[in-house]
Amino acid sequence: MKIRIKFTKSGPLKFIGHLDVMRYFQKAFRRAEVDVEYSQGFSPHQLMSFAAPLGVGLTSDGEYLDVSMHTCDAPEIMIKKINEAMNEYIQVVGFMVLPDSSKNAMSIVAAADYLVSVKDGYETMDKAVFKWKFTDFSNKDSIIITKKSKKSEKDVDIKPMIYYTAFEQDKFREGIGTADGKDRVLHLAADCYTNGIKVFMQLATGSVNNLKPELVMEAFCQYAGEVFKESAYQVHRMEVYADLGAGTNRKLIPLDKVECLTG
Amino acid sequence: MKKLALSDEILLTIDKPARYIGNEINVVTKDLDKIDIRFCMCFPDVYEIGMSYLGIQILYDMFNRREDTYCERVYSPWVDLDRILRDKQIPLFALESQEPVKCFDFLGITLQYEMSYTNILQILELSQIPIYAKDRTEEDPVVLGGGPCAYNPEPIADFFDFFYIGEGETVYDRVLEAYKENKKQGGSRRDYLEKIARIEGIYVPSFYEVEYKEDNTIRAFHKKNGHAKEKIRKQVEMNLSDTFYPKKPLVPYIKVTQDRVVLEIQRGCIRGCRFCQAGMIYRPIRERDVAFLKDYACQMLKATGHEEISLSSLSSSDYSALQELVYYLIEEFSSKGVNISLPSLRIDAFALDVMSKVQDIRKSSLTFAPEAGSQRLRDVINKGLTEKNILEGAMNAFRSGWNRVKLYFMLGLPTETEEDVEEIAVLSDKIAREYYTIPKEQRNGKVSIVASTSYFVPKPFTPFQWARMDTPEEYINKQRLLRGKINGQLNRKSIKYNWHEAEVSILEGVFARGDRRISKVIYDAYKAGCLYDAWSEFFQYEIWLKAFEENQLDIAFYTSREREREEILPWDFLDVGVTKDFLWREYKRGMEEKVTPNCRRACADCGAKIFHGGVCYDKKEQEVIR
Repeated sequence: MKIRIKFTKSGPLKFIGHLDVMRYFQKAFRRAEVDVEYSQGFSPHQLMSFAAPLGVGLTSDGEYLDVSMHTCDAPEIMIKKINEAMNEYIQVVGFMVLPDSSKNAMSIVAAADYLVSVKDGYETMDKAVFKWKFTDFSNKDSIIITKKSKKSEKDVDIKPMIYYTAFEQDKFREGIGTADGKDRVLHLAADCYTNGIKVFMQLATGSVNNLKPELVMEAFCQYAGEVFKESAYQVHRMEVYADLGAGTNRKLIPLDKVECLTG
Repeated sequence: MKKLALSDEILLTIDKPARYIGNEINVVTKDLDKIDIRFCMCFPDVYEIGMSYLGIQILYDMFNRREDTYCERVYSPWVDLDRILRDKQIPLFALESQEPVKCFDFLGITLQYEMSYTNILQILELSQIPIYAKDRTEEDPVVLGGGPCAYNPEPIADFFDFFYIGEGETVYDRVLEAYKENKKQGGSRRDYLEKIARIEGIYVPSFYEVEYKEDNTIRAFHKKNGHAKEKIRKQVEMNLSDTFYPKKPLVPYIKVTQDRVVLEIQRGCIRGCRFCQAGMIYRPIRERDVAFLKDYACQMLKATGHEEISLSSLSSSDYSALQELVYYLIEEFSSKGVNISLPSLRIDAFALDVMSKVQDIRKSSLTFAPEAGSQRLRDVINKGLTEKNILEGAMNAFRSGWNRVKLYFMLGLPTETEEDVEEIAVLSDKIAREYYTIPKEQRNGKVSIVASTSYFVPKPFTPFQWARMDTPEEYINKQRLLRGKINGQLNRKSIKYNWHEAEVSILEGVFARGDRRISKVIYDAYKAGCLYDAWSEFFQYEIWLKAFEENQLDIAFYTSREREREEILPWDFLDVGVTKDFLWREYKRGMEEKVTPNCRRACADCGAKIFHGGVCYDKKEQEVIR
């Protein structure tokens, strides 16, 4: 059966690359004695795939992996069992059985939420200045950046790929329509910084359109006349979505809610 | 979360930051306020190599079982981080607490191979601990070494406060207790060293002095401190089925060299190959009980989630319950996707059956280590493998579908002639010919033979410890001769020849049999930029040559000189059980091309009997041959 697992990644494990996270889960599943399905042959491997690989240095509250299992217990039991075989820095927070017909996570990724924080010691402006400058920046009609590939350079307008931005979590959740009326602010696995300079953003993600938050910050720095330094920002992913809308009408649904709505 | 020693900015600019963040699965965490002794265990090579080594896992587990001790780890920073630590004056730190190594009570360094010596100096310098033991103060950690290279600690004696000679399971508790006691009494560093110098197996180099003759050989080696022992006897754990072994080994995040459970099935070897140091210093052979091994295999696989288990020993085929153990592992774990790996296995019917069950025949290869090409030379080195064994083993494997063979040889063995070298090519060709005697329709494509040669390096406590080593020129000539000979064989297209660089082996030869004067050369070469010498991309032979020259030491004195029976060897003060008389007898028998039977067939009276156990006491009816 197809299983989708949602997990967090935080603390020192942000320095673990995507392939190593896969190995981490393979070993964790074996320690937890989860009944994972293996490929056939002399070097069998677990049938597993990730929704959207997270870069080294990034943390997350909303990572997804799909894995095949022969059998499993109720989600709460499975979450407990797997978490007991792992450490606090990668923890399973969701476990759902998918219909056999469902598409794998990677193929349906359309958007993601991020929190970008300025690390302490890297502030170039104070919080208030950052807010109004960033607001001006995101209100522009177009945001042109030069994308460099191996062969060519081309100008791209990233503005259409920035779906929403806000400076506070409750505002952000309201704006993107995920506020549930109960918890105004959710606890994040992200690191906190005392300077308080941060921005939440919902961006196009996936194989059709893909915008990295680092690129948004680079464009912002260009706009604000600052030198862009990648290590100045901590990027934290909060959620990953599929788009169930038609045409240009987006209907973004978190990957762990997709089947509940369509199934 | 504990703060990491390195900033995000540094970690994101270096290669594989996961080497430095600790927090691995099964890591031990302790409350530093409740600890008396902080011990930092070091493997002086990069993380992926160091993490693959069983010995540290054993000691890490053993030390951390003590409530008063917290054992952490450190490995050599890779060259990228090395530069940053120097530039920014960041002290080298231990992985667990991320705190500077210089704050620890002990820094224990494992000595696995000679070419890691400059990395030891790097560890000390980056930790901001004085490189020379004599310069250390009461504030600095006590620096100790152990492992196979401690069987001749003299070339690095100046850098260590003490060495632990032998297996770690036995007297470390006493070493740590003495530390606590000394601290309580307000004793100094020197007081502590005097205390432990009385413990069997502990060598404090500063308590001894060496005098040299005009011809540079040793005139005398004597102690200059009343607490020191005349002879240091190696430590041996005689009960391997009731001792420390980790049930929850550390599981790294990144792929390391040994990404698997390692099950040490026995220690020591009965074979007595005359070039092999491990076969002599780990005598007598001692087996672990098969029930113990089955239990640990299950627990370790469960606690790590590894997909592979490897049986470790010098010669697995000599383990008496091997079949029972291996079939148990296949039965229990094959269906759970666990791969079983069996290095150092003699190719026989059992091995082929096991291999066909656990490996893909099309992808795996057979490995033989004849070490020498001719039977004559194999008799000299006491390698029991015959041409008949090899050809029959290969043929059985070919009939079962294998078509790849790896062969390991050494060049430069004592008494080696051109004919012996050429025989390597002939033997490789014979194996290929055997393959092609199988009818074409029953064959599995072409045969592939890979013959590799390394250079023989004489090691202390082997019968060849007196032997002359070839010069680089002689090595290169032999390698060329062999290459030409292989190209002249009928099946030359099926034979691939790999060889080692000669220079590294020469240096290894100096360090292996060097004396205390070598310390200065290592120091100078390190200061001139030598590091990671075991990695060919970093090995700088010219700097080494210059360092020898500046110290007026002659490489050839250490390598290409046959020693006399009477000569005092730098490691003579160590007592490893195996006696010098036995080694000399074996050296002479080798020169006479006489084979000595293995320990199970007959006792050669090597001296290991003083440890009162193992194979020496298994069978009373053994004949004693001298």
